[in-house]
Amino acid sequence: MTKILAVDDSASMRQMVSFTLQGAGYEVVEACDGQDAFNKAKLGGVDLVLSDVNMPVMDGITLIKNLRTLPNYKFTPILMLTTESAADKKSEGKAAGATGWIVKPFNPDQLLNTIKKVLG
Amino acid sequence: MNAAEDRAYDNSELDVSGRENDQMDQYLTFIMASEEYGVDILSVQEIRGWESVTPIPNAPSHVKGVINLRGTIVPIIDLRQRFGLENVEYGPLTVVIVLKVATRKGARVMGIVVDAVSDVYSLAGDDMKSAPDLGDHVNTQYIKGLVNVNSKMVILLDINELLGADTIPDVSINAIKELKESQH
Amino acid sequence: MSIDLSQFHQVFFEESFEGLQVMESSLLELDCENVDSETINSIFRAAHSIKGSSSTFGFAEVAEFTHVLETLLDQVREGTRQLLPDHVDLLLQSVDCLRGMLTALQAQETVDTAQSSVLIQAFNDILEGRQPVTQSASTPDGTGSEQSVADASHSAEASDAHLDAAADTETITWHIRFVPDINLLRTGNEPLRMFRELAELGELEVQVDAGKVPDLALLHPEECHLIWDMHLTTIRPQSDIEEIFEWVVDDSDISISATAGVFSGGPAAIPETSVSDPVATSPVESAEATPATPLPAASTAGAGKAAKPQASKPAASAGSGKGSESTSIRVAIEKIDNLVNLVGELVITQSMLGQLGSEFDVSKLQKLQEGLAQLEHNTRELQESVMRIRMLPISFTFSRFPRMVRDLSKQLGKKIELKLLGEQTELDKTVMEKIGDPLVHLVRNALDHGLETPKDRRAAGKPETGTITLNAFHQGGNIIIEIIDDGKGLNREKILAKARNNGVIGENEVLSDEQIQELIFQPGFSTAEQVTDVSGRGVGMDVVRRNIQELNGSIEVKSIEGEGSTFTIRLPLTLAILDGQLIDVGRQTFIIPLVSIVESLQPDMSLINHVAGGCDVFRLRDEYIPIIKLWEIFGVEPRTNNLAESLLVVVEVGNAKVALVVDDLLGQQQVVIKSMETNYKKVDGISGATILGDGTVSLILDITDLIHMAGVHQQSKNGLKLVASKTRAA
Repeated sequence: MTKILAVDDSASMRQMVSFTLQGAGYEVVEACDGQDAFNKAKLGGVDLVLSDVNMPVMDGITLIKNLRTLPNYKFTPILMLTTESAADKKSEGKAAGATGWIVKPFNPDQLLNTIKKVLG
Repeated sequence: MNAAEDRAYDNSELDVSGRENDQMDQYLTFIMASEEYGVDILSVQEIRGWESVTPIPNAPSHVKGVINLRGTIVPIIDLRQRFGLENVEYGPLTVVIVLKVATRKGARVMGIVVDAVSDVYSLAGDDMKSAPDLGDHVNTQYIKGLVNVNSKMVILLDINELLGADTIPDVSINAIKELKESQH
Repeated sequence: MSIDLSQFHQVFFEESFEGLQVMESSLLELDCENVDSETINSIFRAAHSIKGSSSTFGFAEVAEFTHVLETLLDQVREGTRQLLPDHVDLLLQSVDCLRGMLTALQAQETVDTAQSSVLIQAFNDILEGRQPVTQSASTPDGTGSEQSVADASHSAEASDAHLDAAADTETITWHIRFVPDINLLRTGNEPLRMFRELAELGELEVQVDAGKVPDLALLHPEECHLIWDMHLTTIRPQSDIEEIFEWVVDDSDISISATAGVFSGGPAAIPETSVSDPVATSPVESAEATPATPLPAASTAGAGKAAKPQASKPAASAGSGKGSESTSIRVAIEKIDNLVNLVGELVITQSMLGQLGSEFDVSKLQKLQEGLAQLEHNTRELQESVMRIRMLPISFTFSRFPRMVRDLSKQLGKKIELKLLGEQTELDKTVMEKIGDPLVHLVRNALDHGLETPKDRRAAGKPETGTITLNAFHQGGNIIIEIIDDGKGLNREKILAKARNNGVIGENEVLSDEQIQELIFQPGFSTAEQVTDVSGRGVGMDVVRRNIQELNGSIEVKSIEGEGSTFTIRLPLTLAILDGQLIDVGRQTFIIPLVSIVESLQPDMSLINHVAGGCDVFRLRDEYIPIIKLWEIFGVEPRTNNLAESLLVVVEVGNAKVALVVDDLLGQQQVVIKSMETNYKKVDGISGATILGDGTVSLILDITDLIHMAGVHQQSKNGLKLVASKTRAA
């Protein structure tokens, strides 16, 4: 089963993302900040990472940088969840190694379409 | 309590007679003082035998008290007394119908004591005659309608009106008698 | 697949209120001169988070508002804007406003945007008015729902306008040249994915140009040196193609140009290679209708990990169901884990007992007793742990006070320092919710009436800044909350004069300090010379006391003139369970809360006097205590109406004592309180019900109510006076 790591400090967003992805048959691991996500990612088996940018403890950009240093995450798709106003965050994220982004607000269908495209 | 439990049965096992039709509403009927009354079966939670209750201080006489229904406190109302009928000793046939009543403060669970459970009928809306307006002195709001089943008159009660209102509507058997006479 | 987003609303509201709380407390901490980066970051994050989720869940008004907040906060955070005290005020107002909006939304009411519009305007004035700042993050677009896919368009070569305009109806063959960044694969991007998506748009032909691939010896397998030329024949607009390259357009070279147009329905255009390639092109079969374009595995480093089979199981209905409208509670995971452990232990005990029961003989009696003792132990621990789930730190309630004190001290022109102690002390969520208002009232009172103005304080030789301390701690099964001020204290003479005026005490009665201080809890007692905005809004200390008593708690005051006052509130930790004394009245068993029982005794008839007005009074040491016959009040057939054969249970609420006449005292036990109101209504003299060991229902007495029902409601130094005849419900 395809496993997705969903990272967001907002519980409601996390629930929404989780519920949507699980409904589509993905396995979801939730993390509430970058550090939590990094620890969970190290356990392995993650096929795609979906991460918020602004988070306490470790932000999304740092998380992406850190993940790209792990051998298992060299090519793993990592998508940022970002707001339309944070244009500079997109390039910052890209530089850190993000695959792409999903712009907030998004609805469950938009989320699923993007994920399906990336995972094929 | 065990005896009561033994006789308690789920409404799904009730004998469903009459015409089968999805469009129809089903009513559980019961007997009180030889009259047959019906309540919407969807509001019926369960039927239990009479068991002793804990009286509530200073409650109106038709409120018999409260029982423990699997951990919640449920008031038991004597419908005979509520209708101003003469009291009878509770016997082995006396049953408590546990109903879910919609009130302005949300759903409430209450039990009503009746003489005996009678039957289940499927009724279409047009089988029902609405209760005639008998003037100001007779409150018929709690009567949903009257219906003839096998040449018997069944009075369908609106339990939300009867039990759910903050103020107790003035219910009396005379009103019901008057109502029946007006139908003949 | 459609998902009902409303199921996440409850969580959204909870976290948003928490976020606002964080914003508020952090704003209060902020020092404009020296902005702490972690503090401003957490404020920003909270606003950002609310904006993100509110827009996702369709609360556009909130999203729009938080957007401007966020913009300002971002500038402060980035150091491009100096934070001014006015900004803090504006932000605090915004927190209030947002709280109001969210409360309305939660109640499914329409949101009044009048205030938020004013505030948005104020923010926009700040953002636009003064020093121009990098406007990267400030493009307020109203709804905040527009997606900016347009980013991609600037780097893609703009095609002829007429082609774009006609794109809706025409089939066009596009030439796409994709020169990826060599690090493309390292960002997890996959050319195959893009080809697959392009193939979904129409008929795709892909040619790979491997000319840039270095010698094998120099080739780094993680780098991407291939260049692709593609011809896509599609009816879809150019923007759809650009969207596919959205994530890579900034780093890679992508050119998209129209080569030929045919009317829709016409034969597919024959691809022409319009770009001359200096190096030989290796042909790749056209994609036709198949979505995935197979490529020689060796030619791309990432091809090995191409599309994985996707498990597309139908929505496994997560049993969560509809989000219930009732409030929820967040529980620390350790509490849950602890509970799971305890249940585990219980299961072990149960299986041990089960085994014992199946092969029991008298020789195993000892073991059975041990097992039962263990069961009791497990049950008690489980009960305590379950109760602990409802417990929250009192900081949830205390957290509103810094803001309140800040605002009020401004308003009153006083200098006040607020100290919060014991914020981690836990108590039941329901108790917490109900103690909020009384606490607010007490703190307002302390601010308004207790603490002096800086001038008066100087004159009294005190530091200008007054102190209010809120202190919470556990004591036995109770939580104690103290509200301490170092103000002027209660004015003995003023209280006495007022009490004499009101006829609460006689002209010549002499009262101890303690008794005088008690007087402030009498109805209609306010010594404030003038009613101010801050307190004295008609809610007296009597109401505060009553609210606390309704929680089975008590409040008392100790005050020293000139030095300050201390209000002490004592509350049970939980409302769900109480220690009860079982009593019999007639043939019914009732429960008296153990906390209110002073003592139980057999009455000495010589100490009982009949007072005019129909009530008996019992002398207990130097107090006269009214006697309440429960059987009479409850209309129950008594076993005897001879007082000498009954028992008296002396109970106390506040400082009022009464003696209840009962037929028998049974055991004491902990009972779980069940509401009568769930399915019935509030019953006079009864606070709730419980289920006894045998499954029957027993009613719990409401002592405050009973005293009221018995018509006992005024107090003098000689104990309680009986006023009016007993009131009994029919």
